[in-house]
Amino acid sequence: MITTDIIIIGAGPTGLFAVFEAGLLKLKCHLIDALPQPGGQCSEIYPKKPIYDIPAYPEILAGDLTDKLLEQCKQFEPGFTLGERAETIDKQEDGTFIVTTNKGTKHQAPVVAIASGLGSFEPRKPLLGNITDFEDKGVEYIIKEPELYRDKNVIIAGGGDSALDWSIFLADVAKSVTLVHRRNEFRGHLDSVEKVQELKNSGKISLITPAEITAIIGDDKVEALEITKKDEAPFTIETDHFIPLFGLSPKLGPIANWGLEIEKNAIKVNNALDYQTNIPGIFAIGDGNIYPGKLKLILCGFHEATLMCQAAYKIINPGKRYVLKYTTVAGIDGFDGTRKEAPKAVVKTID
Amino acid sequence: MDSNDIKITIIDRDGVKHNIEAPTDMAMNLMEIVRSYELAPEGTIGVCGGMAMCASCQCYVNSEHNLPEMQDDEEAMLSEAFYVKDNSRLGCQIHISPELEGLEVELAPES
Repeated sequence: MITTDIIIIGAGPTGLFAVFEAGLLKLKCHLIDALPQPGGQCSEIYPKKPIYDIPAYPEILAGDLTDKLLEQCKQFEPGFTLGERAETIDKQEDGTFIVTTNKGTKHQAPVVAIASGLGSFEPRKPLLGNITDFEDKGVEYIIKEPELYRDKNVIIAGGGDSALDWSIFLADVAKSVTLVHRRNEFRGHLDSVEKVQELKNSGKISLITPAEITAIIGDDKVEALEITKKDEAPFTIETDHFIPLFGLSPKLGPIANWGLEIEKNAIKVNNALDYQTNIPGIFAIGDGNIYPGKLKLILCGFHEATLMCQAAYKIINPGKRYVLKYTTVAGIDGFDGTRKEAPKAVVKTID
Repeated sequence: MDSNDIKITIIDRDGVKHNIEAPTDMAMNLMEIVRSYELAPEGTIGVCGGMAMCASCQCYVNSEHNLPEMQDDEEAMLSEAFYVKDNSRLGCQIHISPELEGLEVELAPES
């Protein structure tokens, strides 16, 4: 059991900034995210794209914003459960909550802040009627354990960075790697495209384009795929694994069943006060919440995170006095023993 | 109707036809028009915000309008999307301009 003060579901910009604001109030945070890295959409969808409306940053790349938020909250030592999706929430008799992930990791805290944006990112599945029957029986949408593919025949489908990068990586691991894409053009970093070209020339990757997987063949596991090249008759190739990499799309997912009031795919909160949901102790901040006048902006998420932390402090420390401190005046005492503070003024006589 | 508005028809994912007015002077694109009229649930359209990076605003263009030519990023995204047809476009890449008067599009299924 991981215990903390605030469980934050979603490690995007709002969740990361909440760690900092909580830290100022001496509250510890643990973040859960379905993606394998922090940053949410900023790292997953558009890390190389600029953002122009972060206060004091005329321009910042989404990936850099993530790095800076991680650096800003680092001394408050947030815990991370990454690559796991928050599945269930159970209120305990003592008023705390236990959040359990799809992999069974349990987290306990008196306050839960849902900063899940549009939801957890789920792989987009190709439209093949029986594909779900083969999940984990040769069909994998996400590569978790590359060793699974050692000395196996692998077919990868897709035309983006992940299809290219995994084809390159698995070329050294698998017995054979075949990359199937609907077009001859690939959308990826230039060096990945060039590397695939190189591996194709040296016979380490087979490229089938423009083509699509049109059927999965097998009894209780993947045995072969039917591939159809544009304007040609379908043919089959034997394979042990089929890895479709068509990107991720966000889904509200299990949170929809937590008893929270949902409107327009977002969680209703009390914006007059503290962004608490209809369940006391559970807050929703950032793009995933809704209230009159809501704007899905990172900067609004920062504000919501700050007010949420004040309310969390009152829940965790009932009746305890508190007064807002300015970081410039009070400095920052990290949980790691570090201290940041403004340099003392120099007082010296002028002769 | 504002003189800067054009009339367009959008068929939603349930097959319902909406005849709506779209402003040409607000730098809006077709995805944003769909969102402003709430013709698809929030979170199911314009997920990436309009960067041609998610295909959630894919639509089929039914009318014979001369649309702005497809750029590389839109073409690449559509090559990875599902339910793609010859008349597929990403709504976020279609800027609302006076030439689109009478446009008819149909939203592609959610995926």
